[in-house]
Amino acid sequence: MSSTTVNDTGSTPRERPPLLVAGPVAWMRANLFNSWLSSAVTLALLYLIITSVLRFIDWALINAVWSVPKNPQGIVDATACRDIKGSGACWAVISDKYRFILFGRYPFEEQWRAALCIVLFVGLFVVSAMRRFWRQELAYIWIGTLTLIGILMWGGILGLDYVPNDTWGGLPMTLILATFGLAFAFPLAVFVALGRRSTGMPAVRILCVVYIELVRGVPLISVLFMASVMFPLFMPAGINPDKLLRAQIGIILFGAAYLAEVIRGGLQALSKGQYEAADALGLTYWQKMRLIVLPQALRMVIPPMVNNFIGSFKDTSLVLIIGIFDLLTSAKVALAEPAWQGYSTEVYIVLAAIYFVFCYSMSRYSRGLEAEFSRSARR
Amino acid sequence: MSQTAAQLDTQLNSEAAIVLEKVNKWFGSLHVLRDVSMTVAQRERVVVCGPSGSGKSTMIRCINRLESHQEGRIIVDGTELTDDLRALDTIRREVGMVFQSFNLFPHLTILENCTLAPIWVRKMPKDEAEDVAMSFLTRVKIPEQAKKYPGQLSGGQQQRVAIARALCMRPKIMLFDEPTSALDPEMIKEVLDVMIELAESGMTMVCVTHEMGFARQVADRVVFMDRGEIVESGTPTRMFEDPQTDRLKLFLSQILRGH
Repeated sequence: MSSTTVNDTGSTPRERPPLLVAGPVAWMRANLFNSWLSSAVTLALLYLIITSVLRFIDWALINAVWSVPKNPQGIVDATACRDIKGSGACWAVISDKYRFILFGRYPFEEQWRAALCIVLFVGLFVVSAMRRFWRQELAYIWIGTLTLIGILMWGGILGLDYVPNDTWGGLPMTLILATFGLAFAFPLAVFVALGRRSTGMPAVRILCVVYIELVRGVPLISVLFMASVMFPLFMPAGINPDKLLRAQIGIILFGAAYLAEVIRGGLQALSKGQYEAADALGLTYWQKMRLIVLPQALRMVIPPMVNNFIGSFKDTSLVLIIGIFDLLTSAKVALAEPAWQGYSTEVYIVLAAIYFVFCYSMSRYSRGLEAEFSRSARR
Repeated sequence: MSQTAAQLDTQLNSEAAIVLEKVNKWFGSLHVLRDVSMTVAQRERVVVCGPSGSGKSTMIRCINRLESHQEGRIIVDGTELTDDLRALDTIRREVGMVFQSFNLFPHLTILENCTLAPIWVRKMPKDEAEDVAMSFLTRVKIPEQAKKYPGQLSGGQQQRVAIARALCMRPKIMLFDEPTSALDPEMIKEVLDVMIELAESGMTMVCVTHEMGFARQVADRVVFMDRGEIVESGTPTRMFEDPQTDRLKLFLSQILRGH
């Protein structure tokens, strides 16, 4: 039989390999069922996965309570939830508290402003992600959008009611901390990275090294504590910059130190010839950096930079410990309400989903960008 | 600056494009340039050769201060190279350089590579810079590649772009640091042809190269370096046919055997 097969392939060349060599069946045979033991493990894991998925569906969808009645005083009656506790999810906590979780203590009638800010943030991210907008104007778009967000959140002009920032909270707060953090940390990081590599100015270099090493040597929590508790102690009486600003500066300084090291990696990876060619043409230091070095160096470090952004996005949740009302804090406060105590699983699942959407989009985007750059490098 | 030095500069300005006076340089404890003295006249074409590690690349890189020397004086186009940044800017504007590894900017198109320095350093309007760039790209025979990126070009084409890029600054002096050493043999000629054409147009050139045919054809003078010092120099015919020192004889025999 084997000889006929050989003859067959010899006379009519096959377009594709046979299914048993390359198809999904072959893949499964090679990877999942290639021995006695691996078949057993595969089946056992399959059983575990299927049962847990089924149980989750049962809990999250089939047995779930989606809403509960409210009495005329506006107090919820969570009896339905208590009855199914353990066997079904109580999504009623979300439908009852979602506005508090999303917007914190922002005045209820004004929450459309906070919602609009979320939309603006997302729009800003989408625009920034498109390479077509990668030019000077993008900086103005950022400045404009962030200003607009500031106006919307604070109000006090254009007929908007003034909303002091200690009532801000929820998702806008998380996005503010992360985005303003990034917007200021990134340029700072570029300067620090350049400063750390400057050979002409040893004082600047030492300053940058000290800053990076100091910040990297302490956890973000302690930076935030310092910003909120210790910093005011050192300020002259009467001068007390507000807590949000102090936390924001802490996040910026912290993020910039890490980002600077990533950018420095890119600066080092760029070949010496590029610096020399720019020098030989008579470009000044800043022209050389802006036109030749940074465009190439930053491109090289996109994956670790995005990794960094994802990290700092999630790190903003640490402001919980100094009492700033970000997404995590408002969720915790929502759970403190007597009717909803004990339903943290549901709330945290929703919270995780929100964080996941943002972080996963960043990660997918960076992967796409990387692929695009490696294509254009091969051009 | 002292009276005599000023006088010397004025005098040199009218005569010499480049003057090196007892230049010494160390990399750590390694003495790479030993009392190197050399004068290149306006419109003179000098070829520098020597075994690897002889300091010839270091010397040429000192001329536009990609490396700094520690002792002695270097005067380029009447300006002495010191730590003064303004003097350095002036000199780099007048001195073009071509590298062994091309060093084109990979994120810019060929045209942008050529217009970058004229626009930013010479403050030339963009249209004019593009016209200048196209005329030099035509001169190095690749105007049709202007919209491509360096990565899409062959080595020989890239090196010709690098020459055009340097010429776009309209330099008075061109430095070539082993421009053909990184090229495949079949591409060497196209680059040498451009360099010969440039030499014949009267450009002051200092060229580190092992291409003896090129030296014979265009050089006014060949300088032979070994172990950080200038061992011998003279016209190409004299150097190749009547070498005076054993070191040059040995070098020539190795070069010729290699070819």
